[in-house]
Amino acid sequence: MSENKDILLSIRNLKTHFHVRKRVIRAVDGVSLDVRAGKTLGLVGESGCGKSITAHTILRLLPKTARIKDGEIIFHSRKRQPVDLLKLQPSGKEMRGIRGNDISMIFQDPMSSLNPVYRIGDQIVESILEHENTTRAEAMERALEMLKRLSIPSAEKRIREYPHQFSGGMKQRVMIAMGLICNPELLIADEPTTALDVTIQAQILELMQELQRQLGFTIILITHNMGIVADVADDVAVMYMGKIMEFGSKEDVFLRPSHPYTRALLKSVPVLGNSGRDLLEPIRGSTPDPSDLPEGCSFAPRCDFAKPECGQAIPYVDVGNGHLVRCVLAEGREVRDGQ
Amino acid sequence: MEAKAQKIVKSSRMRNVASKLVSNKAALLGLAIIVIIILLCALAPLMTPYNPTKPDFSAQVQPPGGAHPFGTDKLGRDILARVLYGGRVSILIGLSGAVGGMLLGVIIGSLCGYFRGWLDAVFVKVAELVSIFPQILLVLVLVTILQQSMYNLIMIFIATGWVATFRMVRGRFFSLREESFVEACRVFGLGDLSIAFRHILPNCLGPVIVQLTLNTAGFILQEAALSFIGLGVPSGTPTWGNIMNAAKEIVSINQYPWVWLAPGLAIALFVLGVNFFGDGLRDALDPKQI
Repeated sequence: MSENKDILLSIRNLKTHFHVRKRVIRAVDGVSLDVRAGKTLGLVGESGCGKSITAHTILRLLPKTARIKDGEIIFHSRKRQPVDLLKLQPSGKEMRGIRGNDISMIFQDPMSSLNPVYRIGDQIVESILEHENTTRAEAMERALEMLKRLSIPSAEKRIREYPHQFSGGMKQRVMIAMGLICNPELLIADEPTTALDVTIQAQILELMQELQRQLGFTIILITHNMGIVADVADDVAVMYMGKIMEFGSKEDVFLRPSHPYTRALLKSVPVLGNSGRDLLEPIRGSTPDPSDLPEGCSFAPRCDFAKPECGQAIPYVDVGNGHLVRCVLAEGREVRDGQ
Repeated sequence: MEAKAQKIVKSSRMRNVASKLVSNKAALLGLAIIVIIILLCALAPLMTPYNPTKPDFSAQVQPPGGAHPFGTDKLGRDILARVLYGGRVSILIGLSGAVGGMLLGVIIGSLCGYFRGWLDAVFVKVAELVSIFPQILLVLVLVTILQQSMYNLIMIFIATGWVATFRMVRGRFFSLREESFVEACRVFGLGDLSIAFRHILPNCLGPVIVQLTLNTAGFILQEAALSFIGLGVPSGTPTWGNIMNAAKEIVSINQYPWVWLAPGLAIALFVLGVNFFGDGLRDALDPKQI
């Protein structure tokens, strides 16, 4: 993780813990990531691994039980000085100015992410009116343009309609329009296609890529679907129990997976047309109790290659070209967190 | 392009609500009833030459017709005049009590439901206290301290009437605040108060409006009941409830039905109008109803 001008967001040693009835749940436990400007980072991992909490920590929208224990999130915006998002007040003016304006987010469930009592046009302009000094009519015009960009048919008519008049895929397009209307530099997409059927998924992902080419924003794509990551991501971070297990370019991670967890994940993805002999290999065991994680590598109890050394703190190892692996098996140059 | 955007802005939500109301016959009828009754009561001096409180012993218990279209009561007072003047007080009490209670309940309920924490804990306890406390005792205490008056009655209705709305709004907020559209609002940088009052609250208004219409009717009737036992509006002032108290005696129930029928019908008609209008308003505010 070298210093680079192309880095938009660099997360270092991020720790977000939850305090629930005296137990401490280490949801995010030492995450370090670099998000390259204009690229798509796929953040993959199974349910509960901390990917959504990472995203919410970036936006500083955490529930009251969460504590950010350590780390920094430096946002290298083109519009402002580099700023550590963790140093800002979560509901302060500065953070609210960044939310929606510079960093935006879209959600998994398009059914409930639009307010049922407002017309979609009114909802889209809300964000503009919050961040910019402009008239409602101008904002509406921009909303209309954005809906057209998202290829919503007869946008002039639909901008006046209510969310219940839209299908799931159309609602997700509206949601994306809301996310992009203020021209953010970073769009966090939290499982944006999980609630949609496969053909619509492909359409939405294509649309997001097309818009990314046009507008040049950066995407953090949170998903548990390896197929989607293989399709659209430039870089991939594999997360497990609050830690990044492997991080690198898509090619490195998919073609040369170096962490046993990544390999296991890839083996457990169904492939269309698989013969009966190539059975899927589930990962044995189940995820450990997040309030009682083992020392060292948290995947060790389920790993086929576990060694006694796995019980100690594991450093990142650069196996080449910024392809980082947190595993004792990996050989290469050792990299400390925070570098 | 410019004109198009203007058009989009112009067809605002309020206009949409209004056009839906106009197309709803029952709501229009309700509104007409409310407006006509309020106008008649407000213009009472033009409608009737009689003084509602001045006895006329030459014209006791006359049946409807002739100089007294609704008849007269046992003291010879014109019933029409009493119903019209009484409506001023009854409607004021019913509407302002219900609206005041609704505002209080909506504001406190929204804040508690959105922010939770100690604020919520305090007001839940207060609401419990108010709802278990017999209203009649509260009225007695207030009347003793402050003396009988219309304004005290309104205050009491507001002080006890907010609880139902508060609970409803708070409950809706608890479920709505977990919806992703609320999270989306936060992600887009909106402030807490704007999210609570502009984005969550409009989703709770249906039951609130129903509660408002129920309370309006309920308070008019409660005023009647309290006046009946001498704790409501002083008996010198005619109200719909006060006039009906004439029906205390078996004689008037049997022999002079016009004495209580006229105010009774006035209450029924007004309450009906409020209910019709409230129903229409609720449907008009719900975007899923076309």
